[in-house]
Amino acid sequence: MGLKLKNLYDDFRKPDTIKAYAKLINDEAKKLKKTINIMEVCGGHTHTIMKFGLPQLMPSNVKFIHGPGCPVCIMPKERIDHAYTLAMQEDVILVTLGDMIKVPGSKGSLQDARAKGADVRYVYSPMECIKIASQNQDKKIIFFAIGFETTTPMTAALVNTVVNKDIKNIFFHINHVTVPEVMVELIDSRDEHVDSYNNQIDAFLGPSHVSVISGSKIYDKFPKDYNRPVVVTGFEPVDMMEGIYMILKQINSNRCENEIQYNRVVSYEGNITAQNLINKYFEKVSLFKWRGLGNVPDSGLKLKDEYSKYDAQVIYKDILPIDEVEDHKLCICGDILRGMAHPNECTIFGTACKPSSPMGSCMVSSEGACAAYYKYGNLI
Amino acid sequence: MCLSIPSKVVKIDKESNIATVDTMGVQREAGLDLMEEGDVKIGDYVLLHIGFVMNKIDEEDALASLETYKEILEIMDEEDRQRAILEDDECPNRGN
Repeated sequence: MGLKLKNLYDDFRKPDTIKAYAKLINDEAKKLKKTINIMEVCGGHTHTIMKFGLPQLMPSNVKFIHGPGCPVCIMPKERIDHAYTLAMQEDVILVTLGDMIKVPGSKGSLQDARAKGADVRYVYSPMECIKIASQNQDKKIIFFAIGFETTTPMTAALVNTVVNKDIKNIFFHINHVTVPEVMVELIDSRDEHVDSYNNQIDAFLGPSHVSVISGSKIYDKFPKDYNRPVVVTGFEPVDMMEGIYMILKQINSNRCENEIQYNRVVSYEGNITAQNLINKYFEKVSLFKWRGLGNVPDSGLKLKDEYSKYDAQVIYKDILPIDEVEDHKLCICGDILRGMAHPNECTIFGTACKPSSPMGSCMVSSEGACAAYYKYGNLI
Repeated sequence: MCLSIPSKVVKIDKESNIATVDTMGVQREAGLDLMEEGDVKIGDYVLLHIGFVMNKIDEEDALASLETYKEILEIMDEEDRQRAILEDDECPNRGN
């Protein structure tokens, strides 16, 4: 039988297969010596977990800890203030992706800036900047770039086009972040407080599409140096159930490895062409502040100095605010992003904070853990 | 943000390096900037992310996974059948 497009959707969501894996997981869990906390790093996984009600299929000794893998959620208010300030410049068109325009900074969201007359646009693809630039040659187009390794090469492809075609009115504010560094941070911050936290991370479900680009090689250190198994897993519910089963099998057979469940698209080396494009234009910044996590070493990217003429953070450095901004006192997005709390433990969840009037970033982004709990929460 | 849609390549424009892909009946364009030249061919399954092809989906690996799932289901069906027979054998009211 040949593969049909329909197979790639339906067969990885098949209820019978999900149930079969639930049985295998429950059988395997009986052999566990202690409760296992599995962190799904990626927000896409959190959504699959909630949408398909996976917590109900788990035995009581297998738990999920939701990770910080939502690029909109982890953006600190300081950077949203940057976007707001840039958008308010008269000759600027600020372009970004998806939910970013809804997240409030200290001065308001990009949507608020738009209400005040700023030209803010959100696009499906970064490449749309090229058309916007050619139609608005008297304006400066600033692409406010967000996202993990999955999305970084697409920004790099836009930089590549801007450089090669010598487009003079497209600039970049880079907010790309990387996954392995924040995984290290999450382990370290817990290990320091080993007595006060009972939700140690025992294993990771590796992100799906970050790994398509970077390859599973970026997780080698977790089994090796941190004694945590990693299984890179696809986004469909059958993928996730198989990934969880693979983690339990590792633990019960005293293995600690970096494995791939999602082998139909993820390889150990990843997409080398995309990696080369990233490495051509970007380099690490020594510190990047994450919402809720604070400064995480080596977890962010910037344009290389030789491309600084395209870097909005360099060009506009005199007007970009540098003040530290506190999050709302009642909002616990920080704890949620660190995997220390579940959304329904927040006092304002579903009351003062809803998708229609969000107070925290995890509710704003459709990928955030709070948005997932709000949308599918009646399942638990 | 990191979600991606499996799609099938129906056309490739080498000049602009853009593929036309079919996503369950909807056709759209996707840049091939992140793929090695000549790597993507018509009929390939690919993953699409914000306007770009981010990788090919390996047909053999996908089919191998589906085959594994089929086998697991068959084993479980067989176990269920055996259990039903056993329960029937042990039923105290059997024959009444």
